Amino acid sequence: MAGPIELNRTAHEHAAALRAGRYTARALMEATLALVRQQEASLNAYITVAGDEALAQADAADKRLREGEAGPLTGIPIAIKDLLSTRGTLTTAGSRMLGNFVPITDCTVVTKLRAAGAVFSGKANLDEFAMGSSTEHSAYGATHNPWDPERVPGGSSGGSAATVAAGGVPIAVGTDTGGSIRQPAAFTGVLGLKPTYGRVSRFGVVAFASSLEQVGPFARDAEDVANLLGAIAGVDASDSTTAPVPVPDYTADFGEGFDGLHVGVPVEFAGDGVEPGVRDAVERAIAVLEANGATIDRDVSLPSASAALPVYYLIAPSEASANLARYDGVKYGFSVHDAPTMWDEMEQTRGRGFGDEVKRRIMLGTYALSAGYYDAYYLKAQKVRTLIRREFEQAFAGHDLLLTPTTPSVAFKIGEKMDDPYAMYLNDLFTIPANIAGVPALSVPCGLSDGLPVGLHLIGRAFEEGTLLRAAHAYEQHTDWHTMRPPAVV
Amino acid sequence: MALSADEVRYIARLARVALDDDEVERLQEQLSGILDHFEVLSEIETDDVPPTAQTFDMTNVERPDEPQPSATRDDVLANAPRQEDGYFRVRAVLD
Repeated sequence: MAGPIELNRTAHEHAAALRAGRYTARALMEATLALVRQQEASLNAYITVAGDEALAQADAADKRLREGEAGPLTGIPIAIKDLLSTRGTLTTAGSRMLGNFVPITDCTVVTKLRAAGAVFSGKANLDEFAMGSSTEHSAYGATHNPWDPERVPGGSSGGSAATVAAGGVPIAVGTDTGGSIRQPAAFTGVLGLKPTYGRVSRFGVVAFASSLEQVGPFARDAEDVANLLGAIAGVDASDSTTAPVPVPDYTADFGEGFDGLHVGVPVEFAGDGVEPGVRDAVERAIAVLEANGATIDRDVSLPSASAALPVYYLIAPSEASANLARYDGVKYGFSVHDAPTMWDEMEQTRGRGFGDEVKRRIMLGTYALSAGYYDAYYLKAQKVRTLIRREFEQAFAGHDLLLTPTTPSVAFKIGEKMDDPYAMYLNDLFTIPANIAGVPALSVPCGLSDGLPVGLHLIGRAFEEGTLLRAAHAYEQHTDWHTMRPPAVV
Repeated sequence: MALSADEVRYIARLARVALDDDEVERLQEQLSGILDHFEVLSEIETDDVPPTAQTFDMTNVERPDEPQPSATRDDVLANAPRQEDGYFRVRAVLD
């Protein structure tokens, strides 16, 4: 072998090199783990970095490569958000509550990734139970943004985003309930996709808000996002909310460019709350689309979109308060044993096992579901959710895609928003509507503002992830933003 | 919408979460502030609008009721904080 392995590559570039025999999956994984361990000192992107079991996975991938049975992910290093159950490997959800929890089964996504021959670099850091927009709400310490260690990588899938952005791994999986893939993708300069609700199985994913969340890919170009989505999507008998919709080849429309694409830019997302540097980068991206065959329509309106944030912060905490009722200190996880009564033990288990943001949301959801407030809060939010869905359906009648900034600002400083929960929630202003409506959305790197990455947000029709990825691929043919790397990691 | 400290303690009891006095005070302020932001919803007309519980309109997903392999008792108890004779051990619920 000639020299060390170049890790600053996409998964499909690694896959070609592995098939050509230029290096082995084992050598790739050894180099990956060495780099990941070195980067952990500054990033804290992982809760658990893989050990020898990853090298066994890599050896199995090498066997498949030798036998000519390799797919696009065989032998490729991938980080797994620590919300996804991995059999025999600690799965904490970023919480003290699950600090000693070792699942007895894999979640369906991990089962599919193992079957595809992917090799796990470890379990990536996250906001506790995926509740947060900065990865500061992790019981295992904050993750740092590789572009500026004093800044957050976004969240909740901040560890997955940071390790891809830093070049530790080419791809990762996260989950997105209100922006938890797309916002960190934007903050770290990588691609991140939230699939259509029902596209990817949630079986074995630690539950937060069941009607909103989806597992999805992080990667450094559209082709890798497409291949990873293709590997994890599909109906699952263990998750009755998965859709019996065939999984297409998500690269099928690559090469068709922007020709004939009708792109709507909703007026509600061009408002005063967007930083000038973010607005400029997005406007330049719009100009690239328009110059290369897309039709841009700025006369699109989603009038109820401004209500999406309160709708989300009623529905998600309500679902969370029910989902997190299971943590009672009896079956698994953190458990207090020295209180006077059974109820005291349960209340102290939950009081000490959950962090501040999780407790805040459990309280909010419990209140919204409680007698006398259910109609005014939870039911009202579900009705406004219907209005938001209808507005998206109307907007998609005449447009293939909707386009907004992914976030109103670039990555903020660690600690900056920890004392003001609602200011933190405002990060997800542009990403939440897609979860409310259940439609797919993708963040694509589209520039820098003050040296920090900006994300372009594309929203598509249900089950039309292929159109989002076709547009992202076309954008990559005209710009180099997807190849930008943090200065320190190049 | 301002929540009283007693209301915060009542919600905490419903949620079975122990809070100390500092947490009650902080949550009183934070939750009241968040609830204020929800007021915009009351201005939206929804009298004839049905609620959306989830966006992919599937109902009654069924399968044949056939026995499937399940986890072993050892697996089920593997993460138990307290166990005894193959059971989860819990405190007495009734005195």
